[in-house]
Amino acid sequence: MTAAAPAKTQYEAVIGLETHCQLSTETKIFSASSTVFGADPNTHIDPVVMGMPGVLPVLNQQVLEYAVKAGLALNCEIAPYSKFDRKQYFYPDLPKNYQISQFDLPIAEHGSLEIELVDKKTKAVTRKRIGITRLHMEEDAGKLVHGGSTLSGSTYSLVDFNRAGVPLIEIVSEPDLRSGQEAAEYAQELRRIVRYLGVSDGNMQEGSLRCDVNISVRPVGREQFGTKVEIKNMNSFSAIQKAIEYEIERQIAAVEAGEPIYQETRLWEEGNQRTISMRLKEGSSDYRYFPEPDLPPIEVSVEQREAWRAALPELPAQKRHRYETDMGLSAYDARVLADDRTIAEYFDATVGVGADPKLAANWITQDIAAYLNNEKLTIDQIGLKPEMLAEMVQLISKSTINNKVGKEMLPELLTQGGSPAAIVEAQGLSQISDPEQIAAIIDEVLAANPDELAKYRAGKKKLQGFFVGQIMKLTNGRVDPKLTNQLLLPKLNAEP
Amino acid sequence: MSLIRELHRQLTQKERSAVEITQGYLAHIETLEPQLRSFLTITADHALAKAQQVDQQIAAGEAIGLLAGIPIALKDNLCTQGVQTTCASKVLEGFIPPYESTVTERLATAGTICLGKTNMDEFAMGSSTENSAYQVTANPWDIARVPGGSSGGSAAAVAADECPIALGSDTGGSIRQPAAFCGVVGLKPTYGLVSRYGLVAYASSLDQIGPLTRTVEDAAIVLGAIAGHDPKDSTSLNVDIPDYTHTLKPGLDCKGRKIGIIQETFGDGLDPVVDAAVKTAIAQLESLGAEVQTLSCPQFRYGVPTYYIIAPSEASSNLARYDGVKYGLRANNDSLMDMYTKTRATGFGAEVKRRIMIGTYALSAGYYDAYYLKAQKVRTLIKQDFEKAFESVDVLLCPTTPTTAFKTGEKVNDPLSMYLSDLMTIPVNLAGLPSLSLPCGFDQAGLPIGLQLIGNVLQEQTLLEVAYAYEQATPWHTQTPHL
Repeated sequence: MTAAAPAKTQYEAVIGLETHCQLSTETKIFSASSTVFGADPNTHIDPVVMGMPGVLPVLNQQVLEYAVKAGLALNCEIAPYSKFDRKQYFYPDLPKNYQISQFDLPIAEHGSLEIELVDKKTKAVTRKRIGITRLHMEEDAGKLVHGGSTLSGSTYSLVDFNRAGVPLIEIVSEPDLRSGQEAAEYAQELRRIVRYLGVSDGNMQEGSLRCDVNISVRPVGREQFGTKVEIKNMNSFSAIQKAIEYEIERQIAAVEAGEPIYQETRLWEEGNQRTISMRLKEGSSDYRYFPEPDLPPIEVSVEQREAWRAALPELPAQKRHRYETDMGLSAYDARVLADDRTIAEYFDATVGVGADPKLAANWITQDIAAYLNNEKLTIDQIGLKPEMLAEMVQLISKSTINNKVGKEMLPELLTQGGSPAAIVEAQGLSQISDPEQIAAIIDEVLAANPDELAKYRAGKKKLQGFFVGQIMKLTNGRVDPKLTNQLLLPKLNAEP
Repeated sequence: MSLIRELHRQLTQKERSAVEITQGYLAHIETLEPQLRSFLTITADHALAKAQQVDQQIAAGEAIGLLAGIPIALKDNLCTQGVQTTCASKVLEGFIPPYESTVTERLATAGTICLGKTNMDEFAMGSSTENSAYQVTANPWDIARVPGGSSGGSAAAVAADECPIALGSDTGGSIRQPAAFCGVVGLKPTYGLVSRYGLVAYASSLDQIGPLTRTVEDAAIVLGAIAGHDPKDSTSLNVDIPDYTHTLKPGLDCKGRKIGIIQETFGDGLDPVVDAAVKTAIAQLESLGAEVQTLSCPQFRYGVPTYYIIAPSEASSNLARYDGVKYGLRANNDSLMDMYTKTRATGFGAEVKRRIMIGTYALSAGYYDAYYLKAQKVRTLIKQDFEKAFESVDVLLCPTTPTTAFKTGEKVNDPLSMYLSDLMTIPVNLAGLPSLSLPCGFDQAGLPIGLQLIGNVLQEQTLLEVAYAYEQATPWHTQTPHL
């Protein structure tokens, strides 16, 4: 045995996210050009988007509504009086060389959202509140396309202003996150919320949802923060998680080795699964913010705010809590169902017409989910409507059919829909639950297989399954499985 | 007599056609331009084509509006679709807007005929039109002197009868000061009364478009055509626009009008001749029935320093877009930074650069509170001074400028003294109030003197009525320069 090593320092990461989320309005934040993604370069532009001399911005009122709704959904205080400011810096993708944004009076502040952490093995769910510092409105910039194969070797750049003026909300979290998993969960919950609200498609690949991470490490127990590093360029939730996990290890290794952590912006390289330094931050940039004189201050009356609040849908966290508390679902199932608003609403509708919540949840999260996944469909595109699923679930609950028959009926219902009760009736699928009838079937099967019966009775107990299979085969799976087993065992074990 | 009404009478009584009227002005422009240089662009073909349309309407027996067939000159910071708009800057040389400013669109709809675009101080920054990157405009009353600025081209063109009416823009006095120097009427409306859409921004919270005309009634007619809410300008006011001319009738007096003389505008630095002319005007207004009192606006003198923080701050931001990327001048370059710096170094003149630097400095971290924020607070105090004054009077009165027109070149190397020529007009913009300058006499050298009337918010009607009564009782507007 060597001498005991000194106790190893435990570190914790301190993480905050800045999320830019494009709002799904039809037109831009300050003009009437389309916001549709993927058009030919510089076709969704106009004099306002291009910052031409003498033109003026006019706020798209839908942007304000969406931003306030997002703020309310994030439990923020909505500012009764807010304003736009100009954030000034020169860059060719920024037509006016200032961005119309909000500085000291954002539309929403002091909110929070709830994240859930699922243990991979046990599926146990723990919950945590993450603070939202602020939410503000701003315009997106255009996009640069660099000539040549590499950025450093490019001799020119092309600008596409289609994205310029697309409305954004920027959501800044408190530094409450402690791991890559928490950050990825936070981003996913944010996306869930904006999708539930219908204010954004939250598409990370198309850049509708973009997360920048601020991260530092410190020994557990220390209050003072370590040097903060910013990470950009994560195009998926797993990239957020992996980038943070990589960065935590990198920073701890640096601290342990006595190397400095630089205040810098790092890029996540998906190919190499690592972060690389992009640029050092020398002090803070001076954006020379000042109030936007071309736009009057924004006032949101109490009546307007409450009208928008009343129009909010039930949000993912509310659904999860209701499924767990009122319906007795597991936290895990509640989470799966609430992940997507259309699925949750399908589930709500199914339960609403009388289906047992647990059975309905099982069907939706297993067989139906697998089908949707394979066929690349959304739940509102299938033939099986909530009332049909409810009918089938009720047939099972009442033991009119068993689960197996349900599964057999499902493919037809998924593609064509129809009344499960009518199908059961027409195809004679109802469950055989009469003990006498089942006993007769058992006797018939035992009589037909004397060799297997002899082997069973000689000690080969595994053959029970064979007999069950034979009974199912004979009845097309219609016998009540529980009752069948109850009746089968005494007959198998009976003295000859 | 309103020049617009006289031309309208000629048109409707078929004494002269719109084409003849237009040709007359174009010919006059051709004769005078070598000396005056008021125009940067002359749109003769466009003007004649438009005049023909008006003539066809008249020939067809259609009723035409007061402004139909009336030629007009536009300051070159008003965007005109298909017609070069430079702001008298090299950085916008060759820039042809694909859109029309709201005011020019409204005037075109009313049937006016655009003769061309007038010279100005680059991006409206200046008080003499000497800051134009293209040419120096002469004062029609003495071509060795400046016409004032920044709307110097428009003021000179109206004074010299190169056009009957013109539009200018006023950020700190840029309509009223050249109107005073050139002996014409210049009106700056209440901030927000006239849409700024298509006006190339200098200082967005101060800029307003307004008319330069020969008579008060003409100003009222043009104002009526350009004022009113515009959904394209979020700062434009949603108010009903009256017929501003309906009370401007011969015999109008000033009975019951309470006029306040701003005490702080008299004294040191005021040319005695201007002082005397304005005091005579006050006596005339009293004889027209006005009740005159002297009152104090203690914050008035902080107007110039406040303005020279706020206006350059906004300008530094508004002018950031001229970078060579999208339109206008692009300097040859090896890199992005080169393109930015060379484009802006060669594209902007000295005064524009000076104001961009002042504004950038005032908005910088660590200075913002001391400069921009403090200036905004003083702006509020200045506004409150006016509010208090308007509790006891209907109209405020002071000289438009402390002196008459100065000599070309006299102040170009002394920006501070140039800035002070706007000290009477600047506080009005900071408070967003309507204000009008009209001729009230001449100095020994025969140069015009301007009288400034300031109204409360949206009290253009009151302002026009007092000005009209004074104008009818005095001969100044009937005199014209000898060129």
